[in-house]
Amino acid sequence: MKAPLSWLGELVDLAGPPALDAETVAHRLNVTGTELDRLLHHGVRTPDTVVVGRVLAADQHPDADRLRVCRVDVGADEPSQIVCGAPNVAAGQVVAVATVGTVMPDGMKIKRAKLRGQASHGMICSARELGIGEQHEGILALDEHLPDAAAIAPGTRLSDVLPHADEVLELEVTPNRPDCLGLYGIAREVSAATGAALRPAPWEGETGPDPAGDAIDGFAVRVDTPRCRRFTARLFADVTVGPSPLWMQARLAAAGQRSINNVVDVTNYVMLVTGQPLHAFDADRIAGGALVVREARDGEALTTLDEEARTLRAGEVVIDDADGPTSLAGVMGGDRSEVHDGTVRVLLEVASWDGPTIHRTAQRLGLFSEAATRNAKGLAPEQTAWAQALATRLLVDLAGARRVGGTIDVGGDALAGDPDPIVVREARVARLLGAPVDRARQTELLRTLGFGVVDPDPTAAEGEGALHVLVPPERRVDVTREIDVVEELARLGVVADLTPTLPVRRRLTAATLSPVQRARRRVEDALVGRGLQEVVGWSFTDAGAAGRLGLADGDPRASAVRLEHPLSEDQAVLRPTILVSLLDVARHNRTRGADDVRIFETGTVFRDQPDPRRPDMPFEHAALGVLVQDDLFAVKGLLDAVLGALRIDGWELEPVDDVAFLHPGRGARIVLGDDVVGLLGEVHPTVADRWGLPRTAVCLLDLDQALPRAPERRPVRPVGQFPDARFDLAVVVADDVSARRTLEIARGAAGPLLEDVTVFDAYRGTGIADGHVSLALHVRLRAADRTLTDEEIGTVREAIVAALAADVGATLRG
Amino acid sequence: MLDQITELQEAGLRAVAAATTTDALEELRVGLLGRKAELPNLLRGVRDLPPDQRGPAGKAANEARQAIQSAIDERVATVAAAELDVRLRAERVDVTLPGRPEPVGGLHLLTRVRRQIEDVFLGLGFDVVEGPETETVHHNFDALNHAPNHPARDPGDTFYLAPSTVLPPLPAAAGAPTTADGGPLTRLLRTHTSPMQVRIMEREDPPVAVIVPGRVYRPDSDATHTPQFHQVEGLWIDVDITLADLKGVLLSFARAIFGEEREIRLRPHFFPFTEPSVEIDVSCHLCGGTGHRTDVAGHPRCGLCKGTGWIEILGSGMVDPNVLTAVGRPAYDPERVQGFAFGMGIERIAMLRYGLDDLRPLYENDLRLLGQLA
Repeated sequence: MKAPLSWLGELVDLAGPPALDAETVAHRLNVTGTELDRLLHHGVRTPDTVVVGRVLAADQHPDADRLRVCRVDVGADEPSQIVCGAPNVAAGQVVAVATVGTVMPDGMKIKRAKLRGQASHGMICSARELGIGEQHEGILALDEHLPDAAAIAPGTRLSDVLPHADEVLELEVTPNRPDCLGLYGIAREVSAATGAALRPAPWEGETGPDPAGDAIDGFAVRVDTPRCRRFTARLFADVTVGPSPLWMQARLAAAGQRSINNVVDVTNYVMLVTGQPLHAFDADRIAGGALVVREARDGEALTTLDEEARTLRAGEVVIDDADGPTSLAGVMGGDRSEVHDGTVRVLLEVASWDGPTIHRTAQRLGLFSEAATRNAKGLAPEQTAWAQALATRLLVDLAGARRVGGTIDVGGDALAGDPDPIVVREARVARLLGAPVDRARQTELLRTLGFGVVDPDPTAAEGEGALHVLVPPERRVDVTREIDVVEELARLGVVADLTPTLPVRRRLTAATLSPVQRARRRVEDALVGRGLQEVVGWSFTDAGAAGRLGLADGDPRASAVRLEHPLSEDQAVLRPTILVSLLDVARHNRTRGADDVRIFETGTVFRDQPDPRRPDMPFEHAALGVLVQDDLFAVKGLLDAVLGALRIDGWELEPVDDVAFLHPGRGARIVLGDDVVGLLGEVHPTVADRWGLPRTAVCLLDLDQALPRAPERRPVRPVGQFPDARFDLAVVVADDVSARRTLEIARGAAGPLLEDVTVFDAYRGTGIADGHVSLALHVRLRAADRTLTDEEIGTVREAIVAALAADVGATLRG
Repeated sequence: MLDQITELQEAGLRAVAAATTTDALEELRVGLLGRKAELPNLLRGVRDLPPDQRGPAGKAANEARQAIQSAIDERVATVAAAELDVRLRAERVDVTLPGRPEPVGGLHLLTRVRRQIEDVFLGLGFDVVEGPETETVHHNFDALNHAPNHPARDPGDTFYLAPSTVLPPLPAAAGAPTTADGGPLTRLLRTHTSPMQVRIMEREDPPVAVIVPGRVYRPDSDATHTPQFHQVEGLWIDVDITLADLKGVLLSFARAIFGEEREIRLRPHFFPFTEPSVEIDVSCHLCGGTGHRTDVAGHPRCGLCKGTGWIEILGSGMVDPNVLTAVGRPAYDPERVQGFAFGMGIERIAMLRYGLDDLRPLYENDLRLLGQLA
């Protein structure tokens, strides 16, 4: 919302004392709840250097057909010579002269110049050059626009006779404050925030029942839907459509509105002051003289005045005349009944609509006009009378209009009378804010906002009384409860110097991270410690990602959750596996020259399946993804580190050959107890190739399953004071005997002295029969109470060898 | 014989003193004290002497041998140290050559900042909880007192999920956005972490004091807005939690993150789920809240706070009674309990704290950049 300061100054006394400048007003609004987007300067940047001049002579330039050399009296001792290119410049005109030194709205500085050899000291301005209108075919002849132009002394500052440059507050009006979508509402805020005196509303005293009655000959309005809460109409005859006066054009321009013609400008001007949209019909283009406000039928068509053909939906509201829909209620008029240059009779509609209905319509059509934006908030039905009063005065003054008949006022039950007062307990205010505000101060603050305040028991002790607060119509959307009044008190009287306090935690536990949260930090730290960089990828991916991973349509990992209105096709679905974002990040870095990508990510993945934990919603779980440009064993080592950090023992890898994105010979399930908690392996070369990656190994772990299993501690085995005994064994087994099986047999045979047995090498090749592998085992034995003898060690060794031979036909390697 | 011993001893000691290498000393040891050397031979000849001469001669010969032995030992120690020193000096390396590379890892900046924020609030007495990223319209908007026409519900401001064929239908609020063919959109990607306010109150009795870090989504995309970003929600409900408490907590937070000297300012605002609502500005840490860079020549206007001295960091307020009522549990009767809520953007804190002016690189994950921010 753009609020030109001079216009605001007509509604609230900014002249002081103390005088309030734009920055002060903006600051006070900012700290009381009306945020300033920016402070703009509208129009000529040096307004004092633009003066009224009289053209004494306008002679043809000797060397340029299109230029005139003018002598202009600008109030100086000598007339100024100014070269002017406008076709309409003529001797005798009263004009606006930007004297040397003027900085124009676009930043151009007026300098002494020579144009085709002729000196030029200044510029005679067009309306558009001054930023006060659209007209730019010629210079602005003030004598055609200002009634007493001839009497203005040359040299008078233009701003003294025609305000043309202004400071403009561009304010962010929050959705709860539709009253501030009108300048008078902002003026009231300025008054409350600064103490400046609010002037009477421009419609004051003119909003009572119309003495001319509630009928207009030849016109009738019927409201058939409760979505119209009030519909008022007045008829104006003898209207002369033409340009608006310059002062109005200038104000509209400063407020960001284009001038159209006097009738349309009046509706916009009044909307800007009151916040209430208006619509002017050409009364002679209302077929049958009858308007019916009703809900549209699905599929009905209407051409709005922006010449767009619109198809309507059931529940949206249209205004019919005898020929069908003629206006999209509350959003935009129809082109059929639009005011035009030849219009002589205007029917002025000012109506109040159900906010959500208008919002939905505007939303669906992408048509947030100035009117729709305001109507979508749900305005007070009382505002219609304000707008009719002010618009009537302006149409009579500016368009020569004459009122005919009374004021049609129908629809809704909105004027049911004032709501009950809100009871505001003094103690409640103090308890919520942590600072007391006594009733006298509350009364003072609320009255500056136009609230009515009654203290039913002025003798009540401090902290025990209550006020009865009457909310003015324009605030009734927002202020309906005690707490809403507390907010008004807080923003105007409390927040600026509230003493901070710290609350007491009454929950008798210390605040800590949960075990799962601590476990996740350990996982992250373990991987960082192994030299991996954490990345944060997108939750979004494209619908084709599952296909690029090679997943068949039926694969649960391929059932992605889709967005209804994605920003782009690249971000149309939610990632069904964290592998997608890891591969994307790896590719991004590889194409930028990274040759050893070692990354991990934790994040949420989504599937279009019911989540067992909340069956109404899609499945989502927290995943860990690890990616290195290396082989399976590299990533298995990292998994070992992760699960070690989680103190999780007893996990296994089981080979898988049917996961589409994994190498069929180098992939595995991560198994914990009876559950599969993840996948690990080398990315299928075909898939890796689609991301432009060389050999890449990944580990995907379901953190929702893994983290809760991380114990806070595990049993401690005493290290003992006696040394362990170590020996290595090389055994040759058939290829299809897994290392895991070999170790299981060795463990089973070793007995209680075994501390640990691991595989430290696997060898195939020279000296080993085809189809066999030599596994090098490292065995550690220990007794808590003695140093083991060679004999004891030998016994265990023989037991292991014998068991391996018996169970899997293992032979000792030479 | 005694003279002979004395002479041998003196000659031996002279030779030892003159030796300059451990090898030469070893030769001397063999030559002077070895099996074939003169002195041991003399010692062996002692038994051939007359008995009265044997004692003094044997003693002298032994003493001579010991003197030479200890002279050699001493000399070896000295020479060996010098030799070692020479050898080690010859092993000199260029210490300016690089070390052997270790893989270097790091946390993403967003995780770092998230942990910092979590740790600050843990210290202030908040538990840390997390919640789902897909949400119902009910939890994201309705239960948080968003009017049916609140603009945040617009599909231009919220990612709705396309209707699913496998999920049960959810009740749709009147006026909910619809699909192109009119079906209601009832599920969405949470636009803020605030739905967790409701979920926590649904499952736990007051008092509650929690923060909720997590990923949220809005359809914006420019230098300072990405369609996914991260927030930390805060909620504290008890019988007596005030707006002054909110100020105290957030002042403590601001000082922990932005420096001990920071002040905060409560600026009234509007949020549907808090009443009163305030935005929190923190005094600018770059210019000390003056609006001008007194540390830079010419004291130019501070670019971070745009000369205002204040930086907006988050939105907050007292939990609206309608939100407490919507929980639907007597324990949250707004006449009995009250409290505050706040929500901040982790990216915003990270940008302010680490001087970033563009968010997008955080999601591009260029390792060369992440490494610097880790």
